[in-house]
Amino acid sequence: MTSGLPVPYQRDEALVLLRHMLRIRRFEEKCAELYGQQKIRGFLHLYIGEEAVAAGAIPVLAPEDALVCTYREHGHALVRGIAMNALMAEMYGKREGCSRGRGGSMHIYDARTRFYGGNAIVGGGLPMAVGLALADDMQGIRRVTACFFGEGAVAEGVFHESMNLAALWKLPVLFCCENNLYAMGTRIDLSESQTDLTVKAASFGVPTRKVDGMDVVAVHAAAMEAVEYVRERQSPLFVEFQTYRFRAHSMFDPELYRDKAEVEEWKQRGPLHTYTDRLKAQGLMTEEDFQRLDGEANAEVAAAVAYAEQGAWEPIEDLTRDVYTPP
Amino acid sequence: MRITYREAVRQALREALTRDPRVFLMGEDVGKYGGTYAVSKRLLEEFGPRRIRDTPLSELAFVGCGIGAALGGTRPIVEVMTVNFSLLALDQIVNNAALLRHMSGGQFSVPLVIRMATGAGRQLAAQHSHSLEGWYAHIPGIKVLAPATIEDARGMLAPALADPDPVLIFEHALLYNMEGELGAPEAGADIAHARVRRAGADVTLIGYGAMLWKTLDAAEALAADGISAEVIDLRVLRPLDDATFLESVRKTRRAVIVDEGWRSGSLAAEVSARIMEQAFYDLDAPVARVCSEEVPMPYPRHLEEAALPQAPKIVTAVRALLPRK
Repeated sequence: MTSGLPVPYQRDEALVLLRHMLRIRRFEEKCAELYGQQKIRGFLHLYIGEEAVAAGAIPVLAPEDALVCTYREHGHALVRGIAMNALMAEMYGKREGCSRGRGGSMHIYDARTRFYGGNAIVGGGLPMAVGLALADDMQGIRRVTACFFGEGAVAEGVFHESMNLAALWKLPVLFCCENNLYAMGTRIDLSESQTDLTVKAASFGVPTRKVDGMDVVAVHAAAMEAVEYVRERQSPLFVEFQTYRFRAHSMFDPELYRDKAEVEEWKQRGPLHTYTDRLKAQGLMTEEDFQRLDGEANAEVAAAVAYAEQGAWEPIEDLTRDVYTPP
Repeated sequence: MRITYREAVRQALREALTRDPRVFLMGEDVGKYGGTYAVSKRLLEEFGPRRIRDTPLSELAFVGCGIGAALGGTRPIVEVMTVNFSLLALDQIVNNAALLRHMSGGQFSVPLVIRMATGAGRQLAAQHSHSLEGWYAHIPGIKVLAPATIEDARGMLAPALADPDPVLIFEHALLYNMEGELGAPEAGADIAHARVRRAGADVTLIGYGAMLWKTLDAAEALAADGISAEVIDLRVLRPLDDATFLESVRKTRRAVIVDEGWRSGSLAAEVSARIMEQAFYDLDAPVARVCSEEVPMPYPRHLEEAALPQAPKIVTAVRALLPRK
């Protein structure tokens, strides 16, 4: 845990990380609002509070690397470079969406950036990530597959099967466990006999790291080391990012399972404001800089909403397309 | 050339591995052991451990891994030991392989082939003997094949691998030892159509997999009594080739569907419904079905035989549809 160390970046690089977090935060705040307006329907799982993980880790990946994420993946998609317009259109279910509107919030896909979901079955992405890495290995391509999942997935059998396979076959998978302490409403100590998740990963002979997921600097530094490790050694690594979601599990969650005081305590460590404070304290950024970046993020969100609003509904005649590949 | 069904599948695998360096086989005991049903015997020696991959007993992970590997540019053939074990991989088959293309708005196809043994008849009892291919045929996004003949055992793999979408191949365990004549391998054997395996005029018998042979036996027995049965081999369980069996039913005006799956919610039920929907007024009798009895597969030989469709049951079902001769 390395919270609060000096920010070791030049101004431009430091602001890039902030910009990623701001874009996620403002995008999702708007999504929550749009959900209230019933513009976005279905399930909506917000990443608010956890932004430092995606913002710090994903920029470290190379363009040719692959990502496999979960149903709480808006942040990952944005940082990876999926256009906010296409993402918002997907939230609306419009044809201009990155998954043509067929997926919605939980099923974000993008071939251009090798973004393989968007998986709404807990743990469902893990073996797929192992397979993507196997394909690279078999074809002699030195790429990394980063697989993001929550600590809830660690309770699934498929986590253990996938870790075993990746370790057994020495495949270049970066397992990124976003431990936000709650699998929906079940706190980790109520679902895991061993709450130190790195112990489980280590049992497969996979090296592990534990990182303060509220600190974008710590995440970024850990990700640089981790991605390089996986790329160089062409073997798996497990990183636990300790984080916390500030919002409910989904928009249907009344949050009966945790104390407001606990949420407030974690909010004190909020990734956005703590990083902003540090940047200012170190003279890397002024309040004007922040306002400018925030304004840009809000403007981008506003443009994305306009884009989604103007998007088209797919005609019902096209209902059965994309079930099979056309001949 | 006279070969077994097992050897036909092996030849198909060997050809696929030889032709395309992207193809590899993985599954439990496919390598050193040579395959549970000895299908992949000696392939390890020929193609090496990177392309003939023994997996841990992790159906969910190695099927999911096959999906990822297919997305990543290879052409995996995943062998699952039996259909009963495939239930451990159901999440990956249904929630990923079948849905990815649709969920991604057409961005990602999954060119994956999954082979598995199915069916009863070897006294392997309840957890190794069921015919669940009808379940898979329920799922949009996958294709489901049931090669019954030596030709199809040899010929269906190549087009399945060439298909951009996930294809499940069900090999009935009783067929592996079946011997038959293999003609010249058909270039690009079709994985879209049912086939007429025996021409007839009085009744259409529709089956697939190992049931094809019991159905043909029944047709032979019926012929001795002057009843001419046409036998259709479905071959492709999803998407179903309605046209072929409807054409036959419109001609014979009677249909009996033979399915090793349980009757309730069976593939036979689907075929029957399609006949009712599209050929009702061409029928001279209600559509009949001969399916497995609704009981988990028992171990003793006599009970197993009683649970399964058999040629005499098919004959009885046909006679009930025909005016007394």
